[in-house]
Amino acid sequence: MSMRALFGCLLAAAMTLAAGAANAHPHVWITATSELLYAADGSITGVRHAWTFDDMFSAYAVQGLESKTKGAYTSEELKPLAQTNVESLKEYAYFTFAKADGKKERFQEPVDYFLDYKDTVLTLHFTLPLKNPVKPRQLVLEVFDRSFFIDFQMAKDSPVKLVGAPAGCQMKLERPNDGTASAQKLNEQTFLNGENSNFGMMFANKITVDCP
Amino acid sequence: MKPQLSPLARGLLASAAVLLVVAVADAALHDLLAQNPFGAPRPAQAAEPEASGLIGWLLAKQSEFYRQMSATIRSAKSDGSAVWTLLFISFAYGVFHAAGPGHGKAVIASYLVANRETARRGIALSFASALMQSLVAILIVGISAWVLNATAKTMCKAEGVIEIASYALIALFGLRLVWVKGRTFIGALQAAQPVPAIAGVPHDHDHDHHHHRHAHDHHHHDHGHDHHHGHGHPHHHHGNDHVHDEHCGHSHGPTPSELAGPGGWRRGFAAILTVGIRPCSGAILVLVFALAQGLFWAGIAATFLMGLGTAITVAAIAVVAVSAKDIAARLSAGRDGGGALFMRGIEFGAAGLVLLFGVGLLFGYIAAERTTCF
Repeated sequence: MSMRALFGCLLAAAMTLAAGAANAHPHVWITATSELLYAADGSITGVRHAWTFDDMFSAYAVQGLESKTKGAYTSEELKPLAQTNVESLKEYAYFTFAKADGKKERFQEPVDYFLDYKDTVLTLHFTLPLKNPVKPRQLVLEVFDRSFFIDFQMAKDSPVKLVGAPAGCQMKLERPNDGTASAQKLNEQTFLNGENSNFGMMFANKITVDCP
Repeated sequence: MKPQLSPLARGLLASAAVLLVVAVADAALHDLLAQNPFGAPRPAQAAEPEASGLIGWLLAKQSEFYRQMSATIRSAKSDGSAVWTLLFISFAYGVFHAAGPGHGKAVIASYLVANRETARRGIALSFASALMQSLVAILIVGISAWVLNATAKTMCKAEGVIEIASYALIALFGLRLVWVKGRTFIGALQAAQPVPAIAGVPHDHDHDHHHHRHAHDHHHHDHGHDHHHGHGHPHHHHGNDHVHDEHCGHSHGPTPSELAGPGGWRRGFAAILTVGIRPCSGAILVLVFALAQGLFWAGIAATFLMGLGTAITVAAIAVVAVSAKDIAARLSAGRDGGGALFMRGIEFGAAGLVLLFGVGLLFGYIAAERTTCF
């Protein structure tokens, strides 16, 4: 009987469908600016992010929140939401991935976080302290969502700042072009190569800092 | 007489036919879409072969439409004609959204193949489940945000519960399909050793539906409801008693009474519920945004148009799935029942896929569109 053919056929079908099911497309757009924080001795202590959400998601996030002035929210009024945000972000490792000279570095829980609401969009500000401050020759920081539910784009103007970095440090930012162009690079192979859970990597914003 | 093809050769041939249909459909769609999307000039990049990819293109397109929605709803506040733009964008978003990867259509396609459904019924199921998806989204936002003025956090929790429930439903639904199809498959395996008594009469494949329905009504009339619901009884007994039914139902295998009777539609409803209970995150966001703009009705209209677009794409995929299976059935139809066994195997496999999806989604092995709770 054609059991082997049958099995092969079903396996192919299963893999195709499963690979397909593993992916989403963005529903949230974030425009980000990031600051790398340096201590006086030149070591990196953490990252400070400011993430501005798109207007659709902002409207969704403030739905049902009470405010003194209709359509305006103070950072005080948004405090509980900011709290929820940073707590939920933990599950996703804050979408921030650091490597010091090729070694993975971990972050502590966020500090100094707050939300502001301007021109109908929310911006989340927070600082991620490194568990252990590092002083590498090269630091690579990537900001992206593996599952590509959130589309991260670094801001057009001054997307990355080095705060208090030693003289001679060079920063380089690699953007995933614009969303359209990077999506064009995807093809069916991307979804069938078995590592599709990581395909958001293609949309990563890669910040590289080389210090002498 | 022609030399008899070996079962293995037939199986390979049928598999090749299925794959060919899928590949051709994909290529055709690719060409069609790449040609001239809505009269817009083709981006130069898309001309490079390595830069084109159906899925990548779909992702880019739907993101584009989705991002236009908020601006269009905003302008609809002052300019009524923007509503038409909104409806068009929503429809286009729905079409592209469903064409991208997702588990809903995978479940529908697997269900149709497993249950030997007709293309027409596949279309009906696609539309019904998309309509239900739209209604669920409108109900969630209508009740929680509009009536109760709940926060996003609360809505998100409700969505989360529905999400888990829908995955559990898919798993249950798959389990039931596997149970039913597994027994049929094992039955076919056993029957395949000697010349099977019932499966070996494939003389009339292109019977029309009208005839079939007539036969069914006849059968229904004679035996009433109870008979339909007794799935446990041996089917050949059934066939022996009712010659007319046997004649019409043979190409559907040994369980004709399960196909389109009241029980069949109830099963159809189970499929609709399983796929339709989980709303699209995009629809929820659009609805809340429209509500915040004081244009909830525009959000509702947009949601229905999204559903319509989704339904059209899913229906197209359903038709492809059913056709591919029909071609496989035709090619694998043999005198010795090996073809029937092959088809029961495919059905069993499709049932297994539904179960795998449900379990995979439930335990997080397959990442679906997740609900944003942050």
